[in-house]
Amino acid sequence: MSIPGPQDIARHELDNGIVVLVRENHASPSVVVSGYLPVGAYDERPEQAGLSEFTASALMRGTTHRTFEQIYEELESVGASVGVGGGVHTTGFGAKSLVEDLPLALDVLADVLRHPTFPRDQVERLRGEILTDLEERAHDTQRMAHLAFHELAYPKEHPYARSVVGYLETVSRLDRDDLAEFYDGGYGPQGMVVVVVGAVKSADAVAHIADALGDWTGHTCARPPFPGAPRLTEVRSRTVTIPGKTQSDVVLGYPGPPRAAPDFLDAVVCNTILGVFGLMGRLGQNVRDEQGLAYYSYSHVDGGSGPGPWSVVAGVNPANVERAIASVRQEIRRMREEPVGEQELADNKAFITGSLPLRLETNEGVARAILDMERYQLGLDYLQRYTGLIGEIDASRVQAAAQRWLDPDVYALAVAGPPASE
Amino acid sequence: MSFVKTTLENGLTVLVKEAHAAPVASFWVWYRVGSRNEHTGITGVSHWVEHMLFKGTPTFLKGEAEKAIAREGGVFNGMTWYDFTTYLATLPADRIELALRIEADRMANSLFEPHEVASERSVIISERQGAENDPEFLLNEELMAAAFRVHPYGTDTIGHMCDLETMTRDQLHAYYTTYYAPHNALAVAVGDFEAADMRRLIEQHFSAIPGGGIVPPITAVEPPQRGERQVAVEGEGSVAYLQVVFRAPSVHDPDFFALTALGAALTGAGGLAFFGGGLTNKSSRLYQALVATELATTVSGTLIPTVDPFVYGLSATVRAGHTSAEVKEALDAELARLIAEPVTQEELTKAIKQAKAQFAYSSESVTGQALWLGLSEIFADYAWFEGYIANLSAVTVEDVQRAAQAYLKPSNRTIGWYVPMSNA
Repeated sequence: MSIPGPQDIARHELDNGIVVLVRENHASPSVVVSGYLPVGAYDERPEQAGLSEFTASALMRGTTHRTFEQIYEELESVGASVGVGGGVHTTGFGAKSLVEDLPLALDVLADVLRHPTFPRDQVERLRGEILTDLEERAHDTQRMAHLAFHELAYPKEHPYARSVVGYLETVSRLDRDDLAEFYDGGYGPQGMVVVVVGAVKSADAVAHIADALGDWTGHTCARPPFPGAPRLTEVRSRTVTIPGKTQSDVVLGYPGPPRAAPDFLDAVVCNTILGVFGLMGRLGQNVRDEQGLAYYSYSHVDGGSGPGPWSVVAGVNPANVERAIASVRQEIRRMREEPVGEQELADNKAFITGSLPLRLETNEGVARAILDMERYQLGLDYLQRYTGLIGEIDASRVQAAAQRWLDPDVYALAVAGPPASE
Repeated sequence: MSFVKTTLENGLTVLVKEAHAAPVASFWVWYRVGSRNEHTGITGVSHWVEHMLFKGTPTFLKGEAEKAIAREGGVFNGMTWYDFTTYLATLPADRIELALRIEADRMANSLFEPHEVASERSVIISERQGAENDPEFLLNEELMAAAFRVHPYGTDTIGHMCDLETMTRDQLHAYYTTYYAPHNALAVAVGDFEAADMRRLIEQHFSAIPGGGIVPPITAVEPPQRGERQVAVEGEGSVAYLQVVFRAPSVHDPDFFALTALGAALTGAGGLAFFGGGLTNKSSRLYQALVATELATTVSGTLIPTVDPFVYGLSATVRAGHTSAEVKEALDAELARLIAEPVTQEELTKAIKQAKAQFAYSSESVTGQALWLGLSEIFADYAWFEGYIANLSAVTVEDVQRAAQAYLKPSNRTIGWYVPMSNA
């Protein structure tokens, strides 16, 4: 089986603007559907934080054709699943089923996207579930460290500074009509992408989707250009104290390169060296392996539609927080100041390109890759060019990416854990 | 094609299965050792030994094995559980021999250098402290300790903090030399290769390793439970959790499949552990009774296949503004209904269809196939896995009711209450 490309990915544009991409895989009798609509937390006002996510979740709570109970009875009876979830830029959806149940899964998916009714009792039930989750978040060191990090790394009004699931005070205030209004203003076929991967003929998959979604006419909201994120000019740090915990979570990072940045792949190679390769790259070696300070210490470059974070995450004993931060900064400094050695660079590049077959093994993996190619306009031959693109990256490009995006002396830093004295 | 099972002269069991859908292969070595083999004083030793197998041999110095795998584009990991410790690598198929070299080497030659043991001690303590941040871990640890007072299943695989602080290098090394030997292990390969070639390769890399000594037998038998047990954990947070475990039959007991069907009706079929979930359970009885009534925000169930009899577990998150006592009352009403009236044929049909779908999903990746091949050999054999759907299909509504009466009665359960102490 070859790497997915223009030769085996069918791409169709429906009249209402929906882009459909299909790749057949007949190895297992299952099918995955994955896609997004261009509506998200970016389209909500700050005082409505959580509205987009709340709306996406509420779609599954009832339609003009099906009650909440009917939706899940139909899906679960055949071991299928359908889900919708909010993001900042988009609202993602997915479905998974045996191939014989694909028409049902698509019918339910189209129904919840096109005909939601937002029943009041269901909206209240869902609100209670979200509020309970937010109560749990307030006592979760990992989630609180990430929340604080976003507030520190981005300007106050930036969409990335806000929580996509919202806050107790904002979610408490949203009502059923807010959800319906948000839906009416932003859900429509224009800009929607659907990927189907699995044991189905391309033509059949396209026909199923055209049947289910081809006559949808809802409109999509107009958006101002997404704001960039200025470089940090000073250390911005915060400690969130949660009494009674035994471990502190640390997030240190920066606004990072969007997926479309010309040096995005340079940043990927740099990040792999810093905190991914083998057992979490140089960070894992220094912080975990040599010093025994943490069970995990790794880095991640987000690379989405906007300047998502490039960050380092570590879970450490409260007594070791300062030492761990010093080690993280030391590794970041090394990335900026020293060109990476020839062998280390070659190893990391080999990992990035060599792991492609593993990432493309499952239907979900292939769907994810196709969705990214469409979303970021990489071209359907991108995976086939990928090895070449990574191959061109040399030590100076890696170092330049570190110098452009990382700084050991200027960063956003959030720590969540017990008080220092505990 | 189906799988091929053989045994080398040194006792190593070898399971090989071809899968040609993608150019990848997965290789695992499973050891029949886990926290089930531990006792007070060395709890957590199986998991710590697993960590030490990533700390080098004379051939692959520390860090070299994972770098070699990564360089070939592979993934590399280890996992410790009650009944087993396993090591896996998934690679492009033409590079899979590297995983065989690494696993054969570290089966016999891991160094356990004292300074590496010392630095790993703090990593493992950090792993435990991270888990302790989670109220549901704290509750589950107490709950299992109350449910099992004799059998080692009552202790979490991570081990007690005092043992992690005091265990010595020599204890770790002795444990390694006792349990890490071909006759106590399985080698499992699934992927894009010829089965005969793979068997030859495994033989070439593993046959020179000498068979080990006698593996200490496990004599612990959990005595019958004579009444309901309860345990409360007070802790940080503002959300309450309720967990209930029922003593359950072994996978070899015909009742296991009746309990599986029962679990699907109660909390959905996603609960058979290691399938990785993905299935919602919103049409299940307990979702309807606890979440749709707005007493809880989540409910889930797990029935984990194990070597010795284990538990069927239920877990719920109490909705803000409600109490664990209300959730328990609604739960009791549902359990009483299951004991009094049979489930419907529709519920059984649904459970079978859900299981079929999960089998199809889990066979998409060679890693998933190798996991099931090895796992089912650990607690039964692969025939158990292959017969799963047929056995589940043979369950009748009467079987389910009988299982409900036998296993879901209050005297067979332990209830755990997490009492949040923050006034957030």
